[in-house]
Amino acid sequence: MVKPVIFTDKLTRRFGDFIAVDELSFSVDKGEIFGFLGANGAGKTTAIRMLTGLLTPSTGAASVAGFDLYTESEKVKRNIGYMSQRFSLYDDLTVKENIRFFAGIYGLTDTAIREKSAKLLETLDLQHAANTLLRSLPLGWKQKLAFSVAILHEPKIVFLDEPTGGVDPITRRRFWDMIYEASEKGVTVFVTTHYMDEAEYCDRISIMVDGRVAALDTPEALKRQHGVESMNEVFINLARHDKTF
Amino acid sequence: MLSFMGFLQKEFYHIFRDRRTAVILFGMPLIQLLLFGFAIRNEIQDVKLGVYDKSRDAVTRAIISKFASSGYFILSREVRSEKEIEDAFSTGSITEALVFEPDFARRLQRDGRAEVQVITDGSNPNLSRIVSGYTAAVLQDFRNSSVQGSGMEAGVVAVPLMLFNPELKSVDLFVPGLMALILMLVSALMTSISITREKESGTMEVLLVSSLRPAGIIIGKVVPYFLLSFINVLTIIAVAALVFGVPCRGSLLLLLLESLLFIVTALSLGIFISSVTSSQQVAMMIALAGLLLPTILLSGFIFPVASMPLPLRMISNIIPAKWYLIIVRGIMLKGAGFSYIWKETLVLVAMSTILIVASIKKFKIRLQ
Repeated sequence: MVKPVIFTDKLTRRFGDFIAVDELSFSVDKGEIFGFLGANGAGKTTAIRMLTGLLTPSTGAASVAGFDLYTESEKVKRNIGYMSQRFSLYDDLTVKENIRFFAGIYGLTDTAIREKSAKLLETLDLQHAANTLLRSLPLGWKQKLAFSVAILHEPKIVFLDEPTGGVDPITRRRFWDMIYEASEKGVTVFVTTHYMDEAEYCDRISIMVDGRVAALDTPEALKRQHGVESMNEVFINLARHDKTF
Repeated sequence: MLSFMGFLQKEFYHIFRDRRTAVILFGMPLIQLLLFGFAIRNEIQDVKLGVYDKSRDAVTRAIISKFASSGYFILSREVRSEKEIEDAFSTGSITEALVFEPDFARRLQRDGRAEVQVITDGSNPNLSRIVSGYTAAVLQDFRNSSVQGSGMEAGVVAVPLMLFNPELKSVDLFVPGLMALILMLVSALMTSISITREKESGTMEVLLVSSLRPAGIIIGKVVPYFLLSFINVLTIIAVAALVFGVPCRGSLLLLLLESLLFIVTALSLGIFISSVTSSQQVAMMIALAGLLLPTILLSGFIFPVASMPLPLRMISNIIPAKWYLIIVRGIMLKGAGFSYIWKETLVLVAMSTILIVASIKKFKIRLQ
């Protein structure tokens, strides 16, 4: 049996009396596109912060990329990529400098950086813009670049925290093509999103409500269980059900 | 190590590509120094002097010519009545009036004393205090140089003597204050802004997720400003010495070392500020209102700490610039060695340590 790439067992995080994430248990397999859904304040961000090593869990066990979250957090860091909702590149650096910088902090060697950045510029068809400041690049390009940079060091998992916020539908669709491509190469994709159409693109999704996982399955199975046509309705069903008690 | 060098390089790109940052870093120190050095002066030249000489003898003429040749006064006009003096002050044609009593020389011979009344414009107290100080100095000078044995030096006369800055050159006093101000500005303000900028743009998270260690990120943020602040110190000392002739009477090495210590204090303040807030705006407000104003007003830069009311005097103790000012003035103007300033040095060391420990605590809490 293949070890799951992400594995959590009753992972919990408290802030004082408030339980932000309550006994989170799930596992994600290699190459899977795992959608992580939930309303604002449902605990998504806390969960993703724990899994990326930004936040220490209160209780529970978890391993990411095969390494223990508590004892091997440095190794975890070396095997994951991260892209936040603000694309997190530097506006006042050129395209090339951004690539070099992020490749550097993810621990690539100088020769590897040179090789990979040349290749990346070619793949993205950005050679002509290599020396322009990122600030003057269109949003869609920034987003593509941010994603490519996050997986440049060939991590086992890439965490995408609302990667498509504020981007038009066509650009979003193109962005998902990139995600599929990465997934085919064996990179596990862990993605949070607000867009229910994007949820349909995922292999499996989990929906968090008030710190707990309220549902976890493939989009088709979830729709079938709730007897509805779209993920949107599944989501509203779950959220509304929760508010009635 | 490789990634750390890359980080430093990125920081320098940030600094040199943002025109505003570059101007604050390199333009401000020079502009401020020149401004304070040339424009804001406490010493006064060409005081317009009105003379009402009721005696008109050899001694009064000698005194008047002494004033005229002192370099500080110009003989503006002769006055012939008390009324005329008042008018002259009102129109601003004189800043000071001297009134010699009748029979000045004779009284001086006979009684050993004669009176000259010094009238200044009290509506500008600062100015009139300085002007009457000059006047006293010139009169004293005259007394010393006049014929010995004539009984004129009878009686005890208080002789004010300004040590260390005999000409009361204000630029000598401003330079240390300016160094404190600029180092605060560059070190504390700029680092806090640069760290909060990363938080605002979301890049801080990416940095933390990467293999860089949190301490490495902070050090990488601080090192460029440390270097640039030090360059600023050298620039200020050089310009002050070459353009304004401000001396460094003590050890230059000691001055530089103490400045490095103050830079560390300021940088840890900057780090602390950015650990309390995550917005550039708030960081800037805290740095400006909480650091720059006290540095200007309460450190002794402009207003002497000793003349402040007790509450303000107590507050001034927690302002790093106050201690740095004492140190710099001690070294530059008095030629003090380390044995005279170790207490102030210790205060700065303690402040930096507390700030760094507090920031680390704060930083850890954020991560947990």
